[in-house]
Amino acid sequence: MRRVLPVLAVAAALIGLWYLAVIPMNIHAALTDAERAGAVVTPATAKERRDAGAIGLVVKNPAQIGATFSQERPRLPTPDQVAVELWQTTVEKKITSKRSLVFHGWITLSATLLGFAIGTVAGIALAIGIVHSRVMDMSVMPWAIVSQTIPIIALAPMIIVVLYSVGVQGLLPKAVISAYLSFFPVVVGMVKGLRSPALAQLDLLKTYNTPQSSVFWKLRLPASTPYLFASLKVGIAASLIGAIVGELPTGAVRGLGARLLAGSYYGQTIQIWSALFGAAILAAALVSIIGLIERLTLRRMGLSV
Amino acid sequence: MNQVPVIEANALNLTFETNDGPVHALRDVSLAINKGDFVSFIGPSGCGKTTFLRVIADLEQPTGGQVSVNGMSPEEARKARAYGYVFQAAGLYPWRTIAGNIRLPLEIMGYSKAEQRERSERVLKLVELSGFGGKYPWQLSGGMQQRASIARALAFDADILLMDEPFGALDEIVRDRLNEELLNLWKRTQKTICFVTHSIPEAVFLSTKIVVMSPRPGRITDVIDSPLPLERPLDIRDTPEFIEVAHRVRDGLRAGHGDDV
Repeated sequence: MRRVLPVLAVAAALIGLWYLAVIPMNIHAALTDAERAGAVVTPATAKERRDAGAIGLVVKNPAQIGATFSQERPRLPTPDQVAVELWQTTVEKKITSKRSLVFHGWITLSATLLGFAIGTVAGIALAIGIVHSRVMDMSVMPWAIVSQTIPIIALAPMIIVVLYSVGVQGLLPKAVISAYLSFFPVVVGMVKGLRSPALAQLDLLKTYNTPQSSVFWKLRLPASTPYLFASLKVGIAASLIGAIVGELPTGAVRGLGARLLAGSYYGQTIQIWSALFGAAILAAALVSIIGLIERLTLRRMGLSV
Repeated sequence: MNQVPVIEANALNLTFETNDGPVHALRDVSLAINKGDFVSFIGPSGCGKTTFLRVIADLEQPTGGQVSVNGMSPEEARKARAYGYVFQAAGLYPWRTIAGNIRLPLEIMGYSKAEQRERSERVLKLVELSGFGGKYPWQLSGGMQQRASIARALAFDADILLMDEPFGALDEIVRDRLNEELLNLWKRTQKTICFVTHSIPEAVFLSTKIVVMSPRPGRITDVIDSPLPLERPLDIRDTPEFIEVAHRVRDGLRAGHGDDV
C-alpha cells in the first residue's frame, strides 16, 4: 500500500490536470454547439470567438463548461471518454472485428515480437563478435551508433518500399523496422555485459588453461545476464514503437499504427487517444513480462534474493 | 639429500613501458624454491612480489632471464596445470554455489561428474567448509569465501599453490585462524606454496623461507631460511626465535628502502 499510494497520487494529479485542460481546449466547439442550440454566448458570433483566447471564453461562458466534457469530436477528449472507448473496443467488441482494439493490438504485437526476436538475436550475435574480434569492435560499433541517429520515421518507408520490390510484404517489413530499433540496446548492453568480468576472473581461467569457448559459456555469458535483461526491457519497448511506425507510411488498415492514422484522417481524437493508451498498456505489459522473467532467472542463478 | 628446485628463477628482469618511462618491476631476480617449501614474499607495494608470482604463473612475460616451473617454461607449466592460483579477492562466481565454484576448474579440465563431486567434497572438508557446498557466495563471510577459493585451487592435483595476498582483506582474528589452517593444510598435502604478503608476523609464522623484496627497481634484498620448527602453534609468535626472525625481516625491509624513508 505504501508503494501504491504515491503512484495513485501522481496518477490522480495528472488526471485532474487533464480534466482542467479539456475545458479551454474544447470551449470553442462547445460554444458553437450552444449557439446553434439557441443559447446566449459571449461573444455572440463564431467569427468573433475565433481569435478570442480560450481562457477568456471559459471565464465569460461558465455555463458551457459542462459541455466541454462531452464533445462528439473533442480537440482533447476527457479521460473517461478515452476509458469508455477503450472498454468498448476491447471488451465489448468481438476480437475478430475490425473495430476491436484487441484485433489491431494483436497485429502490432505479432510484428513487435518477431522484430524483437530478430533484433535480440542480431544484437547478441553482434555483441559476441565485437567482444571477441578487435576488427569487429572497430568497424561494427560506429555503424551501430550511426544507425540509431537516422530518424526511423524517415527510414521506415524506404525499408517497406525496398522489401516490397523484392516481394516481401506483410508482417516481415514491420518486424524489420522493429528489429532495427531493438537490436541497438541489446548490442550496447551485451557488449558491456560480456566485458564485465574483472581481469582477475579472466586470469583465473587462464591459469586453468581454459579454451575460449569455455570462457564464454562459463564466465562471459552468465556475467552478462543482468545486462541482457536491462537491454531487453528497453529493446521490447523500442520494438513496439518500431512496429507502430512501420504501420504509418504504408497507410496500413490494420494495427495500432493504422488506428492512429485513421483516427487522424477522420478527426476521431477519442480513437487516437485510445489507440495511444492501448499501445502504452501493451508496452507496459511487455516490459513487466520481461521484468518477471528477469526476476525468475536471476533468482534461479542465485544473483538476487 | 640434493633437492631439485621446483621453481627456479635466473637473473629475471621485467620492465613495464609506461607513459612516465620504464618501470623496473623486477631486476635480476634469482631464486630457487624446493619441493615442499613454504615461501613467503614480503615487501612494500611496488616491490614486484605479485609480479614475480604472476611471472611464475605465466600471467606476465619477463623481459629478460629465465624461469622454470617443474623443469618446464611457465607457459608449459600453466598448460600442464601445474599450479593453483589464489587471488587477493576470492573471486567466486556469484551465480554458482560454493560446490559449483569448486567444480569450475574440474569441469574445464574434463573430470567426470562423479569425480567432480568426490573432489569438491574432499577439498571442502580440507578447508572446513563441509555442509556449505550448496550455499551461494553471498551467504558466506569473507573468510569463508577465501577458504572456498583456496579449496577451488586445491581441487585439481597441482603440486604448487601460488597465493597472492589471500588474507589481505580479512581482519586479524580471521587471518590468524586461516594462517593456522593453511599451515595444517600445507603439512597434510605436502604442496609447495608461494605466498605473497604485507604482514611480517604472517610471513614469519607460515614460512620455511622468507624472501624480502624492495621497490624501484623490484629486487630481492634478503632470503631467510626460517630456523623455526615445523610444528607451530599460534603462541610461537612470542618466542625469542620468532621475534629474531621478524627483526631480520624488518631490517631487510628497511635496508631495501635505502634513502626513501
